[in-house]
Amino acid sequence: MHMATVLTINGEAKSFDAPPDMPLLWVLRDVLGMTGTKFGCGIAQCGACTVHVDGKAVRSCVLPVGAVANRAITTIEHVGSTPAGAKVQKAWLEAEVIQCGYCQSGQIMAAAALLATTPNPDDSDIDAAMAGNICRCGTYVRIREAIKHAANGKQS
Amino acid sequence: MNAHHNVSRRTLLTGGLATGFLLAFHLPLRAAPNEPVQPPDVTDGKFAPNAFIRIDADGGTTLVMPQVEMGQGIYTAVSMILAEELDADWSKVQLLHAPANEKLYGNPIFIIQATGGSTSVRAFWKPLRDAGASARAMLVQAAAAQWGVEPASCTTSKGVVTHKASGRTLAYGALAAAASGQTPPKTPALKDPKDFVYIGQPFKRLDTPDKVNGKAVYGIDAIVPGMKFATLAQCPVFGGKVGKVDDRAAKKIPGVRQIVVLDDLVAVVGDHMWAAKKGLDALDIEWNEGPNAKINSKAIWDDLRAASAKDGVVARSTGDIAKGLASGEKFEASFELPFLAHATMEPLNATVHCKPDSCEIWTGTQIMARVQSEAAKAAGLPVEKVTVNQHLLGGGFGRKLEPDMVVAAVRIAKQVDGPVKVVWTREEDIQHDVYRPVYRDTIAATLADGKIAGWKYKIAGAAIIARWLPPAFQKGIDIDAIDSATDVPYEIPNVHVEYVRAEPPAIPTGFWRGVGPNNNVFAVECFIDELARKAGKDPVAFRRGMLANQPRFLSVLNLAAEKANWGQPLPARVGRGVCLQPSFGSFIATVVEAEVDEQGEINLRRATSVVDTGIAVNPDTIVAQVEGGLIFGLTAALYGEITIEKGRVQQSNFNDYRMLRINQTPKIEVHVVKSGEAPGGIGETGTTAGPPALRNAIYAATGVALRRLPIDRKLLAAGKKA
Repeated sequence: MHMATVLTINGEAKSFDAPPDMPLLWVLRDVLGMTGTKFGCGIAQCGACTVHVDGKAVRSCVLPVGAVANRAITTIEHVGSTPAGAKVQKAWLEAEVIQCGYCQSGQIMAAAALLATTPNPDDSDIDAAMAGNICRCGTYVRIREAIKHAANGKQS
Repeated sequence: MNAHHNVSRRTLLTGGLATGFLLAFHLPLRAAPNEPVQPPDVTDGKFAPNAFIRIDADGGTTLVMPQVEMGQGIYTAVSMILAEELDADWSKVQLLHAPANEKLYGNPIFIIQATGGSTSVRAFWKPLRDAGASARAMLVQAAAAQWGVEPASCTTSKGVVTHKASGRTLAYGALAAAASGQTPPKTPALKDPKDFVYIGQPFKRLDTPDKVNGKAVYGIDAIVPGMKFATLAQCPVFGGKVGKVDDRAAKKIPGVRQIVVLDDLVAVVGDHMWAAKKGLDALDIEWNEGPNAKINSKAIWDDLRAASAKDGVVARSTGDIAKGLASGEKFEASFELPFLAHATMEPLNATVHCKPDSCEIWTGTQIMARVQSEAAKAAGLPVEKVTVNQHLLGGGFGRKLEPDMVVAAVRIAKQVDGPVKVVWTREEDIQHDVYRPVYRDTIAATLADGKIAGWKYKIAGAAIIARWLPPAFQKGIDIDAIDSATDVPYEIPNVHVEYVRAEPPAIPTGFWRGVGPNNNVFAVECFIDELARKAGKDPVAFRRGMLANQPRFLSVLNLAAEKANWGQPLPARVGRGVCLQPSFGSFIATVVEAEVDEQGEINLRRATSVVDTGIAVNPDTIVAQVEGGLIFGLTAALYGEITIEKGRVQQSNFNDYRMLRINQTPKIEVHVVKSGEAPGGIGETGTTAGPPALRNAIYAATGVALRRLPIDRKLLAAGKKA
């Protein structure tokens, strides 16, 4: 039943057996052992599973692997090698954003995708890019602050 | 919850302080994914004077964490307290999760090994300072003996002992072996707080660097070689049992390996979560729902209202309540709070490997030792045959003060050959929570000459303590349920507080960030605002008038009013609301500013909290906890309600159990007052503050006195009157 699937994840070709309807989240976590990407809701409501596909933030819990062959997938384990991702990680630590941290992989992926396309976001850009990511610890105030710091230190 | 009132402070830890080496297994924080298990710690050759400190010959300083890290920053705070009295070199500090060991790591307030109730710093402040100071004294003794000088002539700083007179120094690492042979002092000398070099400084958290790059390992990330993946379904009706299961379709799904049918749950085991989930969806399960299928929210509320009309157990009686209630004009009101789910971002999970003579568990829990003992019962093994590997928690909020998710995983794992990771879907997590109970509070109060003359307060709700910590449930009083009701900050001459234990049928109830104080501070602070209005007074001025002998409350209230621009004009349908709370040993005033639109929808504009929590160990963490706590509480006020129909929870995921999001988040300012008093608790305080301050802001904006949460927008649409 299974077919060998090849995906490009963090610049490396990864080959595995999985049904094409299997969401990327479970391939990452349960097949490839890349546990930085988190399961939160399974219905694209919380953003904990956010990864980049061709640089765009997407919810991997509802993204069938069959739909992403030949696309560049980036996860939290590798986002620090992109300029925007590195800036976001640094700003996150400087602002001491994180509490439990479980949602923060997704928050960081969403923020990095935002900064890659909108280097100096204003509050409404931040709202639009980040409203899909729930943080139960309530770190939103610092997420906003950290994104602004990451944006070359410019305050909007 | 705030169990310190009645639970004796029997300090089990003192036994651990003076004894020799501790053999333990543990997980380094920086374990890479796929490597959750580490070999047992070897303390040979290390200076390990107590349960918390080991120093190796190179000066590496390992601190064992008696409280669990679920986001509240406790690993850093605990380390700062130990390092302060030890005069450790902070750059050499490494952390370990404590193993299950109630004797060594029991929380002195609860006695059991639990993290909750905003108790960590309060409970461990003294034991950790003693442990650090005792270890430091032994290192100094070892150095002094080597030099042939008086210990009192030596000083310590950053992991080095110095004899000033001769200019000699010895690093802690070089003293590790000799210090192990020293006798610990009977009463170690503690630092004068003015000499603190770590405590009170804004330290960077030790757990966060690995949380920005996917390396941090939560329970759900445990990977055990050869493990399979499972997900489960429990009967949608509480207490229901499995009837018939048709698994023919499920077994045909690629990757499905096994169907486990127990009396009350069904699990599908597969090669990955996707197979398990699809397999579960494909099962045809017939449940024996049992008598609880008749339960619904309306009946639960009818019962609670009836119970709250009865007399309760008297928890406090001061002055003459009959006289108090006969003086002046009398007002009455009742306040109601709903069931709430925890919805930790990390769904419930546990990975278990059951063998005939042992059981190993990988999870993140707030109750290490209880998980071990409950797992042992489920596995049918002696407790020492059960190993619990602790992990970081992706949120706790009280949900992981329960062992049910681990017990279920053990029961499933007993049927599986090899290790199995059991992960709950979000739907299962919300529909089989241990819920914050429904509460109803009734208040009768009199106003005479603009002041409160009598105050009769009655709480009706579940007694979580009676189930969770039975020795603390005395004379029919749940110390958590009455917390912040018996110790209102206001000077009122005649006060009477009663508690009615009212358990909802079949619905499991438990601690939820703030529990008792959330309920009581909500009712008290909402009603105080109503009384202020009856008395024709400004809500802050009315409170101030009852705080003449409460300088810490008065000071936070005044500063919060100032910082929040209290009294300055606002547009129409915008209001400010205040909340003053005595909970968790901290003194906190909060002002929320909110707008109510024409449809009754709420726009949160601003929240300001002033916090006097005594000595602030890591001030930035305190700010972060209050910021996050406010969001947690405001989320509940705006959206939180679990409802029951036909014995089932009606909500299932974040689409219908909503959370506040970044676009709805107000500006938040938290001011921490400098204080030399003993530390208070902080983790739950913001959660307690948010709902009453918001409700009072809505009251100010609209004149509508809401008495129930979550906020009913229909009551707030333009044109509605109080």
